[in-house]
Amino acid sequence: MQEIRNYTINFGPQHPAAHGVLRLVLEMDGEVVQRADPHVGLLHRGTEKLAESKPFNQSIGYMDRLDYVSMMCNEHAYVRAIEQLLGVEAPARAQVIRTMFDEITRILNHLMWIGSNALDLGAMTLFLYAFREREELMDCYEAVSGARLHATYYRPGGVYRDLPERMPQYKESRWHKGGNLKRMNSWREGSMLDFLDAFADDFPARVDEYETLLTDNRIWKQRTVGIGVVSPEQALAWGMSGPMLRGSGIEWDLRRKQPYAAYNQFEFSIPIGRNGDCYDRYLVRMEEMRQSNRIVKQCVAWLRANPGDVMLRNFKVSPPSREEMKDDMEALIHHFKLFTEGYSVPAGEVYSAVEAPKGEFGCYLVSDGANKPFRVKLRAPGFAHLSAMDEIARGHMLPDVVALIGTFDVVFSEIDR
Amino acid sequence: MSNRATLSEQLHTRFGEQLLAVRDGIDVVEADVRTTDWLSVARVLRDDDAFAFEQAVDLAGVDFLGYGDAEWDTSDVSGEGFSRGVEGFGPGRFNWSERPESVRIPNRFAVVVNLLSLKHNHRLRIRTFAPDDGLPVVASLMPVWRGVNWFEREAFDLYGILFEGHPDLRRILTDYGFIGHPFRKDFPLIGNVEVRYDEQKKRVVYEPVSIEPRVGVPRVVRDDARYATSKAETEARGAGK
Repeated sequence: MQEIRNYTINFGPQHPAAHGVLRLVLEMDGEVVQRADPHVGLLHRGTEKLAESKPFNQSIGYMDRLDYVSMMCNEHAYVRAIEQLLGVEAPARAQVIRTMFDEITRILNHLMWIGSNALDLGAMTLFLYAFREREELMDCYEAVSGARLHATYYRPGGVYRDLPERMPQYKESRWHKGGNLKRMNSWREGSMLDFLDAFADDFPARVDEYETLLTDNRIWKQRTVGIGVVSPEQALAWGMSGPMLRGSGIEWDLRRKQPYAAYNQFEFSIPIGRNGDCYDRYLVRMEEMRQSNRIVKQCVAWLRANPGDVMLRNFKVSPPSREEMKDDMEALIHHFKLFTEGYSVPAGEVYSAVEAPKGEFGCYLVSDGANKPFRVKLRAPGFAHLSAMDEIARGHMLPDVVALIGTFDVVFSEIDR
Repeated sequence: MSNRATLSEQLHTRFGEQLLAVRDGIDVVEADVRTTDWLSVARVLRDDDAFAFEQAVDLAGVDFLGYGDAEWDTSDVSGEGFSRGVEGFGPGRFNWSERPESVRIPNRFAVVVNLLSLKHNHRLRIRTFAPDDGLPVVASLMPVWRGVNWFEREAFDLYGILFEGHPDLRRILTDYGFIGHPFRKDFPLIGNVEVRYDEQKKRVVYEPVSIEPRVGVPRVVRDDARYATSKAETEARGAGK
């Protein structure tokens, strides 16, 4: 009798469906996966060690570069950890701004996810649709921080600055002119809040558009229904969180269960799945976008009604304004000390977690009383999810592995750190 | 959370001697566990209905070498004037040949696990110190929570902490064939080797690092009353408004 042996294939690290630099060693029996061994770390930059060598504030920018599609949520976890150690709290307006930008970030992340996941599974159009909306939201990032992706907008004690009075407009160019230009700028006549209001009114219709393309699509269902089923027991044992946990029918959301920022002021519901397969997680994420949009809308209304400080006026932690600095000697000293030495954080340790779009993003911070962290450990949701790959992928066909990578919503810069 | 006191109480009654300390931390209850009891305590924490920690959210290695050391003397001024803050062995200050000795403190390496109970909606942080610095060994928690698999591999890779009973303790984040455990405090920030493509040899070559260690801001520990002062100032300002 002929001896048939399993063969091993390398999926990635250069593979368009590997979402970055995943090297997945697959042991195959024909087209069925027997064993999956993800090799990660190809993007390891030692973020945590770098953070140990710098004053606290200088590492906020590194947090953006962890999960580069949910930038501000990463910042939020880090900044909150510092605030907890310092025993300070950001002013109410800053908390609502953070809530709003966390939700904008969630929409950004899920748009990226639905676009690339659909692309992996053979639906090209959605990718273009999703990026159209991402563009609008990244303009909001740019309007507040000057950067479209790596914002470094959250600071211990608040946010870098208040929302802009005027939303930047497109200028006339060879590509944007006439009626086209007018249409593009129609939401941008007023402030950023006006823009977001218009966006939030329009966005549910856009989500309907995506759903028309996918939810009842025969091919989409064939690729996702019953694929990658995660039982509730598995989800808990593997430390899964976020949509991975909710897709398996466990109602758990840190925004609701352990509220932070201003989440307890706003109304939203938590969608959960039933079967724990890729399709349910798809539905959960789609509904999450609608819910995030709802929160954004409520935040806009709140922010319009409540002007105020967006940064703590505690000059041992947060810098005084430029105006004060030029007027007051003591403010100048504070400014100088904060931007050279930084602030010393009282000794202690803290674990602060936020509900990032992908799941629980945590920052375990140990301080020994110095102006630099003693140990920073970043808990990336994708790291826990991907570690379950072997168990979940067993018995699936090779193309389903692509669906799995998509449904885990992995981003390697957070996994490898 | 109001159930924090209850949780500490329950920990005391259930474990007693097995826990070296139970603290009410800044965010959650913290417990130090004897290394010998690490696995058994973890098992009870998951299975006992009073605790019900279904999830080990995070596992981190910590190297306590140099904890509390500052490079800048701020408490008193020496005869030669102010300290310049250019000496010391903080991260980024040294290369491999002049790395600090690891003999200064007992029990450098700790393993810290953050637990979460969805049932009771509470968290707990447990910590254990590896007894031997030369060969830090801690029991693996994989029999209890299989999700710690990669987290333990990471702690092994970055800190060289060995997890007894782990079925697959390979490196995970560093390069294939990497030497050393890069997150240890005596491992230089600049690393040991750098990589480039060699045009002649037509392959990637490893060479000793050519960059110099450099630190922009010295490590400072300040034990003054600044936060108390600023708090009073903020309150005074708030009252004046």
